[in-house]
This record gives sequence, C-alpha cells and structure tokens, in this order.
Amino acid sequence: MAETVAPPCPVLALEGVRKTYRSDAGIETEVLHGIDLRLARGEFAALIGPSGSGKSTLLNLIGLLDRPRAGSLSLDGQATAGLDDDALARLRGQRIGFVFQFHHLIPAFSALENVMMPMLIERGRPDAAMRERAAGLLEQVGLSAQCDSRPGQLSGGQQQRVAIARALAMRPALVLADEPTGNLDTRTADGIFALLREVNLAFATSFLIVTHDPRLAARCDRIVELVDGSIVADGPPA
Amino acid sequence: MHPWLPFEWIAAIRFLREGRMQSLLIIVGVGVGVSVIVFMSALLSGLQANLLARTLASQAHIVVLPPEDVARPLRPEDGSLLGPLVQKQAQRLRSIDQWQRIRAHFSAMPGIAGVSPVASGPAFAVRGDANKSISLIGIEPEHYVKVIDLASRIADGRLRVNAGEAVIGIELAKDLGAGVGDKLRIGAADGATDTFLITGLFDLGSKSVNARNVYVSLRSAQSLLDLVGGVSSLDLALHDIYAAETLAQRIAAETGLQADSWIRTNAQFFTALSSQSVSSNVIRFSVGLSVAFGIASVLVVSVVQRSREIGILRAMGATRGQMLRTFLLQGGVVGLLGSLLGSALAWLFLSLWQLFARNPDGTPMFMISVEPALIGIAAGGATVVGILAALIPARRAAALDPVVAIRG
Repeated sequence: MAETVAPPCPVLALEGVRKTYRSDAGIETEVLHGIDLRLARGEFAALIGPSGSGKSTLLNLIGLLDRPRAGSLSLDGQATAGLDDDALARLRGQRIGFVFQFHHLIPAFSALENVMMPMLIERGRPDAAMRERAAGLLEQVGLSAQCDSRPGQLSGGQQQRVAIARALAMRPALVLADEPTGNLDTRTADGIFALLREVNLAFATSFLIVTHDPRLAARCDRIVELVDGSIVADGPPA
Repeated sequence: MHPWLPFEWIAAIRFLREGRMQSLLIIVGVGVGVSVIVFMSALLSGLQANLLARTLASQAHIVVLPPEDVARPLRPEDGSLLGPLVQKQAQRLRSIDQWQRIRAHFSAMPGIAGVSPVASGPAFAVRGDANKSISLIGIEPEHYVKVIDLASRIADGRLRVNAGEAVIGIELAKDLGAGVGDKLRIGAADGATDTFLITGLFDLGSKSVNARNVYVSLRSAQSLLDLVGGVSSLDLALHDIYAAETLAQRIAAETGLQADSWIRTNAQFFTALSSQSVSSNVIRFSVGLSVAFGIASVLVVSVVQRSREIGILRAMGATRGQMLRTFLLQGGVVGLLGSLLGSALAWLFLSLWQLFARNPDGTPMFMISVEPALIGIAAGGATVVGILAALIPARRAAALDPVVAIRG
C-alpha cells in the first residue's frame, strides 16, 4: 500500500488485521488476510471491490461491530483490542457514524427522534440540547419540514438524509457508509453524495464509503480496492 | 419523548405502541388471567370469612377447661400394681382452680383480645307443660360480648342478665311459646330450680344453638349448677384466629388446664377450608404461569421481529444491558397494564356475582369486596411476573450479534 504521510494520530489505523469464519462443518476460512489501512482526519475514501471480497467484513471490523482474529485496530488513537463489549459499544456510539444502504431508521420513532437516538443512547435521557442539535442536523440535510414524520412517510432519498443526519449526531470522527446510494435513483444518489461531501468539508469528518458504483468512487479523494480479502490497490482515483 | 424518561423506557413504550395489535392482545390476555386470580381470591376470602363468621358466631376461639379427672392405678411402695384394671372416670362438673388468677394471666397475654369466665352446665327449661333440655350458661355480659358478639345478635328485647333475668334463643322461645317479659323456670339436674324473667331473645345463626343456649348471670348459674364462686370454663377471643391451636397448646402447657381451640373443635371444617385454599392456590399458580408464558412468547416473537432495529441501536452505541432492560421493561409494562385491566374485570365479575348470587329470600348470599390491597398485590405480582417472563426474550435481544441483526 502507498505510505501516505500519516498525521500523528490517524482517525483509523489497521495493522495486519485478519478475520476468519468458521463454517457449520467446522472448516475455517480466512476472509481478510492481513489488512493494513490508515485513514487521516478529513479523508474521503471509497472502498471498492467485487462481491465476496470482504468489504462488508472489513467495514464491520472498522465499525467495531465485530472483532478481528488477529492484528490491531485503533480508532482516533484508541486501541480497541482490550475493550469489552460495552466499552466497544460506547466507543462506537461516540466515534463512528453509520449510514446503511437500506437507511435502517427505526420505524417507531419520528425523523427527529431517530436523529436524537445516538445522543439519547449515550446520555440516557432526552433533553432540549439534544432536540435542538437533531433539528439543526435535519435542517442541514434539508428536512426541517419532515421532523415529525415517521420513516414510513418519507421517500428513499429523504430517509437516507435522515440516516446521514443521525450518523452525524455525535460529531463522529469517522462515518462508515455501506452503499449509501445503492438503493436510490441516479439523481437522488448524486444529491446524497454531494451532502456527504459537504459534511466532509464542513466538519473534517473522515468518510469510508463502500460502493459498487465506479462513478461515485471516482469522485472520492482515495480509492481502496479489496480483492479476495487483500488490498490490491490504494491511491487517488485515476 | 418525555424529557424525564430514560432511553430504555422510551424504547420499550414505543416498541409496545408500535406493535399495537400484538400488545393489545397480550395485555387483554394478561388481564383475563389476572381477573380470574383476583376474582377467585376475593370470592374465596369472602366465602371463607363468611363461613368462619358463621362458625365462630357461637364459639369461643379457645375454651379453657379444668383438667380431666384421671383414675390412676394404685401402686404400693414396692412398685407392684394393686389394681391394674382402671376404668375411665366419669367427668363431673368442676370449677377451674384459682380461675381469677388465671384470668388475670390471660388478660395480660399478647394475642388475646378478650377473656370471659363462664359457668355452664345442663339444665331444663320449664314453662307450663313444656319441658326442654337446655345448656345453662352463666356469663358476665360485658366480658362475654368480647368473645361472642351476643349484643348485635339480639333479635328482641335486650342483652341484660341481672339476677333473675335470662336471655334465650329464638328457637327455644318458639318451642316454649314464650317471649320477652315472660317467666321461665329453670331446673338443674340435681333438682335446684329458679325462676327467670326473659329480657331478650338472640339469634346466633344456628338452629341448635338458638334452641339450647340460655344465658343468665354468672352468679345465678353458679348457684343453680352448684359451682358457687367457680367457673366451668374461661372463653377466650384472639386477635388472630389462626393462631388458636398453637396458643391453645401453649396455654395447656403453661397452666396444666385443658385448652380446646376452635380449629381442633371444628377439625373437619378447618380441613375443608385449608384444602379449599390449597386448590385455589394451585389454580391461581397455574393461571399465573400461563400468563407468564403468554408474555414470554409474545416478547420472543417481538425480539425476532425487531432484531434489525436492535442491531441498529447496538450500532449506534447501545449496550447489551440497555437492550436487556428495554425488553424486561416491556414485560413489566405488559404485566402492569394487564393487571389493571384484570382488576377492573374482576370488579365487574364480582359486581355481577353479587347481583345474581342471592339467598332464597333475595338477600345477597354474602358480601365480598375487592380490597385495594388485593389489587395492589395483583398489580405488583403481575409486573414481577412480566419482568421474569421477559427474561428469556430480553437475554436473546441482548445477545443478538449486531452484524447478523443488521444484515437481517
């Protein structure tokens, strides 16, 4: 991989990360073979690769939803190896924002409440500051009129905007987006992508975007290509 | 979102509200179960209280009697038996030795609500040609009413037994054709007789008691029964009627007297009451268990349905503990709401029951009331059962792997 000039404390640092899965028959298959990856503050990177190359597995590891078999992973300067499940959950809540392909808003809550959710989980009880921040974020993604709508009442693009606002609620260092536009038509997708970029520039939030769309990847600062569990290319778009 | 509710409460309530039909059905299910439990409990305690009241209306909780006369075989110095065949001795009417001292001792004992000295024995009531065998009972009314509530059972006249006055049962009055103000001659078995003025008629709810008992003053009974200065028994009233047997045994051990508790005297009745309680407990336990299984099964389904949402919440930083508590709370809320509904249903059933279950004369069969304490216990119990029932589903929710859950 290309050794870029690493800042003193990268947002994300992976060294020799391996992951294996055990099949029902008990056969172990290694799906990630020693991944080294660093992401600097404010970087806007795409993660591409064919299906089954290990993109989702890598994203889950980076998102602290899963633990590597070997290697080290540190987030915002904090090593994650020795942390228990609750500490991982808290770190995940504070430092990482998720944007999923299928929006994954919680239908029982309004758009505003969905955006408040990460803050509510962190602090335990809702308060006025939380509500204000959530309303501000919704305004930023252009949905101030839809605050009280339930996810079911919003279009796909609107739902994804709410999800982005939610991902930003805790001012995360890193936003992980898994096919954020995969489910949207081209025009809406462009709008969402532009929004991500805007957030990236405004808050110096790092982004790692998993995508199948070469057009989208080409608009990122950096493209990391994963094939069969190894990084085969890493650099600015051609 | 209420500002004072913690995250777990908000999520639990929203999840319940979102699964509207499911939540409604299980709450109604819990309600029906709780209503059966509350209805049965209220009905049974009302029934038992009623039966007890009827049984104890004419009985003291403990009757303390002089020890039985026992014939002992004659033993000379060398230890051989002279008369090895011993016949059981006939029991004569005797007084309790030093009964005033014992009475004072009882009055000071905790748990005893009233002590009444009684001089009673067999006698005949004679009026004209009519001649009835009776039970002559000499009492001090002011003490006796603490043991047996005669004062409120007076059907005619009043409870007054000065010298030469008697209070008799309505059945005896009918048999003798006598009423308040009439005279009555009472003869003891040894031939002593005295004449009494009937001052009151009582109805203690039992035909045989109403036909047999004749109350006179303690002194009159003592002189008729040849027990001058003595009493044949001390009747006790207790604060806790179910402590009667243990207290009776203690009294017997302490004083050497014979103490009969109402529990011993009505052994069959008491056994019937206890077995009724046992069977109702079995039913209540089974209903409680099925309520718990109902809550558990609904929540298990809910965890499966919401696994993706649980995964998202976990991805946003929710800990396993937060997810566990969210689902435990749902169980508790279902239990609480169900129990409130159930208490309301039980109250309705009981009102209907009071309306339709009537004696032949149209009066309510017996009074039952839903006590606030019973509703409190039902609500608390159902909430705890709900939380316990939610334990398995909540643990499943907490154990969900967010990666798998999000992928769905």
